[in-house]
Amino acid sequence: MSKVQIMTGNQAAAVGATLSGVQVVAAYPITPQSQLAEIMSQQIEGGKLRAEYVRVESEHSAMTVCISASTVGARVFTATSANGLLYMHEQLHWAAGARLPIVMCCVNRGVGAPWTIFNDQQDSLSQRDTGWLQIYCRNNQEILDTVIQAYRIAEKVYVPVMVCFDGFVLSHTMMPVDIPDAGAVRKFLPPYKPHTILSPEDPRNINPVLFPGRRENTEGVLCDGYMEMRYKLFAALDGARDVIIETDDAFAEVFGRRHGGMLWEYMTEDADVILTGIGSIASEATVAADMLREEGVKAGVVGIRVFRPFPKEDVRRALRKAQAIVTFEKAVSYGYEGGLCSDLKAALYGTEVKAPVHGCIAGLGGRDVKARELAEAVKASLADIEDGRTEKTLWLNCFTG
Amino acid sequence: MPANLFKVNEKEYILPGSRACQGCGLSLAYRYMLKALRENTIVTLPACCLCVLQGMYPSTPVLVPALNNSFASTAASASGLVAGLQALDRSDITVVAMAGDGGTFDMGIQALSGAAERETDFIYVCYDNEGYMNTGTQRSSATPLGALTTTTPILTKQQQKKDFIKIVEAHDIPYLATVSPAYPIDLYDKFVKAKKIKGTRYIHIYAPCPPGWTYPPKDTVKMGRLAVETGVAVLFEVEDGKFRLTGRSKTLAERGNRLPVINYVEKQGRFRKMNIEQLNQLQAWVNRKWDEYMKRTEQD
Amino acid sequence: MSKRDDSISAMCTPAIGEAGKTGDWRSSRPVIDHSKCIPSLKKKAACFLCWLYCPEGVVKANIPVEIDLEYCKGCGVCAEECPPKAITMVREGTADE
Repeated sequence: MSKVQIMTGNQAAAVGATLSGVQVVAAYPITPQSQLAEIMSQQIEGGKLRAEYVRVESEHSAMTVCISASTVGARVFTATSANGLLYMHEQLHWAAGARLPIVMCCVNRGVGAPWTIFNDQQDSLSQRDTGWLQIYCRNNQEILDTVIQAYRIAEKVYVPVMVCFDGFVLSHTMMPVDIPDAGAVRKFLPPYKPHTILSPEDPRNINPVLFPGRRENTEGVLCDGYMEMRYKLFAALDGARDVIIETDDAFAEVFGRRHGGMLWEYMTEDADVILTGIGSIASEATVAADMLREEGVKAGVVGIRVFRPFPKEDVRRALRKAQAIVTFEKAVSYGYEGGLCSDLKAALYGTEVKAPVHGCIAGLGGRDVKARELAEAVKASLADIEDGRTEKTLWLNCFTG
Repeated sequence: MPANLFKVNEKEYILPGSRACQGCGLSLAYRYMLKALRENTIVTLPACCLCVLQGMYPSTPVLVPALNNSFASTAASASGLVAGLQALDRSDITVVAMAGDGGTFDMGIQALSGAAERETDFIYVCYDNEGYMNTGTQRSSATPLGALTTTTPILTKQQQKKDFIKIVEAHDIPYLATVSPAYPIDLYDKFVKAKKIKGTRYIHIYAPCPPGWTYPPKDTVKMGRLAVETGVAVLFEVEDGKFRLTGRSKTLAERGNRLPVINYVEKQGRFRKMNIEQLNQLQAWVNRKWDEYMKRTEQD
Repeated sequence: MSKRDDSISAMCTPAIGEAGKTGDWRSSRPVIDHSKCIPSLKKKAACFLCWLYCPEGVVKANIPVEIDLEYCKGCGVCAEECPPKAITMVREGTADE
């Protein structure tokens, strides 16, 4: 039986991990993730979850514990934010390269220097090329559901999944959340079958040095070189799209909720201008779209749920009728523009979608982003687009001199 | 022949044709370590000489399962293995984390300290060849005073070696021992003992390195022996806080016939630029450490 | 045509000669004079320090003692540690005696 409870995003994530039957948890507290690390301790010490909790001395070690425990065949969970995620960076590559289905929550926060404890998405966006799947949530229900979905996806494609949600905006905000039935979750999520063999009965040396070229083993079987291994990871992320969509569909069938697969849309059908963003800023954009429509601007929203693999087919379809596209991003690639803006342009290049894309940077380090400001920014962008000026990135609600 | 040779497990766990250098001290130590720990063991290791010995894809010469991980993560990797095996009801398996002095004294210290404080049930093995040998003999905090390395190429290392074993001991772990491949039976016995103890165990291998220390490969055992004979390396164990000299170091203490460090230093090319002052400083350092051990022998 | 490996991560299986026939690395080979070798002389298991100290584990503690020259890297530790000096390192390309 499912039941509705009022909870924060961190609580929702912990409930998701608990329902997923994780066997090893390793986490190092960092604001705004700390509450999540604390709840997992409570679940385990209180006997609500039969798992090992490794109270590591760093985030680097947290991910290392997950890597090793996952290699022996345990379902693992961790969570972090901001500089904690940056400290894990080396191990993020390692986890993906070793093809381990680790699920981690990234409670999004801006990175130092200078310090901020507040929300933006520079932390996870800057981990774009580590080989992890990245799924962004827009409310606490989606956080809980996505953690469960993430294990099913990860364990099918053998790629780790980062479930990202905005710090404070979601992590510390109470919302009603429907808790799925534990038995139904167990059925939805079959036990983890590792592809790795780390057992004294069949000794292997895992993740050794690889030659640039391919090499035969003693049975004359031609084995991969480093580059083939990289290709397999690339192909796995490419193929993950179908699994993500299938998982969201299967989830909807059992639990009656879907979260959009790769992306979600709001009033895009007849929209001339489409606002896009990742996570809670995209939710805010729906309010802005309503305001714009009241003023006669036909606006819609495309919320990017999965950033890696990038939903290229999906954005081409969702944006096919757009006359103008405005991206709102809580992260930036210094020296160019927002990463989503770049990826979107690249996905549309050479297709029949010719709409100009204009990028806005917003809400860095917890700077307030109100729907009204988003709506005003869209109008400013449309004026720029009219004048053929789409190159300049707009810094929303920011004193730029 | 030493009668106790027969008690050693006859099985070899490293197949012939490994990638280790000729006369590798680590290779010899690893051979006896695996004999002592036997099949039901998982080793985790960082990028280091051992990673080379473990072989390149798709083959390995080693008959014990091993997991490679990044440089700073060896002991944390052991924590993950222990937790994972516990969750899967396989805690009968001995988990071993093994790294060089670079992966232990320097980059791995945080993870090791964390795992030891958590009383993780594993054996940590540091094979100390006194430098970053795998990357071409650069200085580490385990490199002795006066040694040439490729990052102290002209002036030699200006500082004494870090007394890392003291740092480990400060974690109050149930078992700590030092060994040398020049004394394989002593090494074997200590690993057999460590395997039976629960909690964090630490074993320090003084691993002579022919290319890094610049001596002919044939002298590996001799160099290991000279390290002990001069007191540069001291063989001991600390069991539940009780200190005990073992083997040759115990005999040296009883007979008082420790050799001067010059006998050790003069045989290695890495010390060829060492001046008299440095030699005296190194001798004084060795004497001070030796006196500390003697005092503990009397006390315990 | 060789078969293709389909593993998605790198996992090695044990094999002799991972680094090839490491006997090729040798510049000198160990030659045992069995008239000096203690186990051969005593005709019983004895000494075997060559076996004990071999970093490669390629010495067989048999009577007579054997060394696997296919993989012996020629480090010379056995010759150095042999108490009766029964092992000599002979340059490759020259005759044993």
